[in-house]
Amino acid sequence: MRAGTRGHRLLLMGSVLLALVLTGAYASVAGPSDGGGAPQARVEIKDFAYQPATLTVRTGTTVTWVNHDDELHTVTASAGRFASPGLEHDETFFQRFAEAGTYTYFCALHPRMTATIIVQ
Amino acid sequence: MSNDIDRRGFLECMAWAGSGLVWVLSGGVLSSRDLAEAAETPSVGGDFSFVQISDTHIGFKGAANPDALGTFEAAIARIKALDPKPAFLIHTGDITHAQKAGAFDTVSEALKGTGVERTFYVPGENDVFADGGTEYLNRFAVGGPGRGWQTFDYRGVHFVGLVNVLNFKAGKLGSLGPDQIEWLERDLAPLASSTPVVVFAHVPLWAVYPEWGWVTEDGAQALGYLKRFGSVTVLNGHIHQIMQKVEGNISFHTALSTAFPQPAPGVGEGPGPLKVPVEQLRGVLGVREVSYVQGKSRLTVVDSRLA
Repeated sequence: MRAGTRGHRLLLMGSVLLALVLTGAYASVAGPSDGGGAPQARVEIKDFAYQPATLTVRTGTTVTWVNHDDELHTVTASAGRFASPGLEHDETFFQRFAEAGTYTYFCALHPRMTATIIVQ
Repeated sequence: MSNDIDRRGFLECMAWAGSGLVWVLSGGVLSSRDLAEAAETPSVGGDFSFVQISDTHIGFKGAANPDALGTFEAAIARIKALDPKPAFLIHTGDITHAQKAGAFDTVSEALKGTGVERTFYVPGENDVFADGGTEYLNRFAVGGPGRGWQTFDYRGVHFVGLVNVLNFKAGKLGSLGPDQIEWLERDLAPLASSTPVVVFAHVPLWAVYPEWGWVTEDGAQALGYLKRFGSVTVLNGHIHQIMQKVEGNISFHTALSTAFPQPAPGVGEGPGPLKVPVEQLRGVLGVREVSYVQGKSRLTVVDSRLA
């Protein structure tokens, strides 16, 4: 219940942020509810690591991160193009990748945690 | 008015210090004595004392402590009971848990309950990561010399608060940054080497465990400017456990949290809230009293656990 509620709130926050900051590179944030046929992928945050550390997806994929640790983590783009709030245990963050490219990200609280999304 | 702790007051202070150790820095040599031994030493006291509180993480609701506000209030009660009253408080960051709404207000209001007028703050990464420090800096650092760093003098002791959580970059460690280091060099330059110096910051300035980010990348550079001083006490938080180290005339102390413990360096996959049996929780949380004896170039550091 908590994760679902919070996840929805994160989704709204993320949408607002994107609407303010982005210029079309990321058209929207997509959650599971509007999944339909849209490609989905998932990254687990566990034991202070993003798994997989490198994820290759096709354009238009929505990536979902789930924090399994008891410690807070974030999903923060190195280039500043997206940033989650602090994710508590079991909380999630969504990001749709509309443009091909290599996106490195890290945890703003534990910056040695780094990973990459490759969009083709 | 004298703030000297008399023997009786000191013994009372010892009574709640639990299983702690007293660390005494004298002539650059740190020695520890257990509390029973220390309590037998007459007229130990100081011209003033202050309290370090750290990692209150208000807003935390994880399994490691579902009532972080309750343990924070227990810490406040401890501080309020101190006699003589500490001159001021120093909060070494992670005031809030991920900048939860209203948490800064909760902490600054609650700390008034200690009866101590002034609290000096430095931020932890939890206080600044979500907005790059805007909320924290607007609240605590307006009019300061930089982005939250600060300096003040109290009864002949020079205090420096450093900020090492605003420069977190992918794959890197926390750092002070060149602006702050330059400021520190300028700040310390006019001081006589006999001036006692207390430095406080959130993340340890010394390499406790770099693999977990328990280090400040350019901390050694800052410490370089402190080496010439005869008495330097460095107080940090972040790791939620007591560790001490001495290097020349510099003694390093990390503090307990009031919210939850963290594992010993390298134990487990990473740092983070450590669940202990509920009856043991208050035994791994606490606050710290630091006393200064004028002319003796030593600070006494006593850690007090909540149970």
